[in-house]
Amino acid sequence: MLRVTEIEVCYSGIPVVHNVSLHVGQGELVTVVGSNGAGKSTLLKTIAGALHPTKGSIQFEGKDIHKLSTPDIVKLGITYIPEARLIFGPLTVEENLELGAYILNNSEETKKNLDFIYSLFPRLKERRSQLSGTLSGGEQQMLAIGRGLMSNPKLLMLDEPSLGLMPKLVDEMLEAVAKLRTIGKTILLVEQKVFESLDICDRGYVLQTGRTIQEGTGKELLNAEDIKKAFLGL
Amino acid sequence: MTLIDALLQGILMGLLFALVALGLNIIFGVMNIVNFAHGEFLMIGMYTTYWTSLLLDIDPLLTLPVAALVGVLLGIASYYSLIRYLLRGPAIAQLFGTFGLMLFLRYLAQFLFGIDYRIIQKGLLIGKSLSIGPFIFDWTKLAAGILSLFAFAFVYYFLNKTKTGKALQATSINKEAASYMGIKTDKMNAIAWAIGGGTVGIAGGLLANFYYVYPTIGILFVMIAFACVALGGFGSIKGVFFAGLLVGILEMVFPVFGSLVNSDFLGPHFKFTIVYLTYFIIVVFRPQGLFGWKN
Repeated sequence: MLRVTEIEVCYSGIPVVHNVSLHVGQGELVTVVGSNGAGKSTLLKTIAGALHPTKGSIQFEGKDIHKLSTPDIVKLGITYIPEARLIFGPLTVEENLELGAYILNNSEETKKNLDFIYSLFPRLKERRSQLSGTLSGGEQQMLAIGRGLMSNPKLLMLDEPSLGLMPKLVDEMLEAVAKLRTIGKTILLVEQKVFESLDICDRGYVLQTGRTIQEGTGKELLNAEDIKKAFLGL
Repeated sequence: MTLIDALLQGILMGLLFALVALGLNIIFGVMNIVNFAHGEFLMIGMYTTYWTSLLLDIDPLLTLPVAALVGVLLGIASYYSLIRYLLRGPAIAQLFGTFGLMLFLRYLAQFLFGIDYRIIQKGLLIGKSLSIGPFIFDWTKLAAGILSLFAFAFVYYFLNKTKTGKALQATSINKEAASYMGIKTDKMNAIAWAIGGGTVGIAGGLLANFYYVYPTIGILFVMIAFACVALGGFGSIKGVFFAGLLVGILEMVFPVFGSLVNSDFLGPHFKFTIVYLTYFIIVVFRPQGLFGWKN
């Protein structure tokens, strides 16, 4: 479904992602793990069209997308949920969700998706008319995910959904992500919580200083000695 | 003129000020650009009403849709021919860019129409007044206030109830996040300029019913509009409405107050000093303005 081939991405001329390749198949939950500064967010932003690769290509459903703008990529069915969540604080929870469905030109479908999000995150329903800036961190993350789902994306890209949440909520959030996979969503997840996210994924990639150092199924990576060394210090 | 008279007149002028400042605030809210040429847009709206009513021999009120349309087209043309390119430069380029547009339009008007002060002589409402009890209103000002309120309410409805309006708000809150929803920043910017131009075009058309039309009139109203935007809060639609009213009321009430207490110091020549003084006092205590959320 998504195929990233040997891309290089630069920030003001300096490459931060080198020669990275990955693919995501229909219905898969694929995770990219790595420590802070490994280039994970840059990778997702590049797929989302906010940055453009200097080398390599990105294909989605067989079509080159690495030169398209973000809104055009959203229309093709890829939604990016940014690390900073970027919810629209002065707007209500429901207005945020409705904006997530901006590209749909069908109010019935929007309504249907809204009900679906509310069943997924009942907390958001309770707070539907509350200004979203007043939500707690965990609720804001739910809102960001819900908003990303509103446009019926074929591929959902999540950037560090656990960031800044307390440990109990981290597990809850990753469970919610795993649940999305069981209902048939295709997900590309980027996480610093290496073990927790490898635990829920089908396949994973390990990124270090902008390079892929290892790939495999979640189980393989969890058992790999050098990964334990790199991230647990064993 | 009694204080209550002045208050009522002030409310009518305030509604017009709010409409003038509305477009400035929407453009600023969506793209963080101060449109110095906003006053010149108003001037062009005034000339549009003046010339259309004179040349076609129709009532100035009927020219309002033309003034609105000219404003919308002017806004869109400014965006696509100039502003869009300025966005790639530093903030100072944007400042000088719209400042340059202001001077260009002002002197273009001076070149085309001369420096004469013109006034519309003929019109359904011109020279007529309405007395309600002890109060006397000029029909032109009454119409300006009420129609400004309608135009403002229409834009408020558009921004809060329509999909495009919400997308504009989203872009103004965070354009990066909005783009992740599939909202095109460039298109939203153009819409902001269209609304900005259209609303100030209508305001100009209304103002031309009772005010002199001349090439440099813009500066007077754009300064008031700046105060309204800063006072009400950058990016806040509610804020600019109340700030417009407040400025309108202050501007009318203070000179009357001055004459009642027999003070030269508070005469009409001093009214804008009072307006800006009030503005300074408020921003010292609330730098983001009364209803502002934007930094």
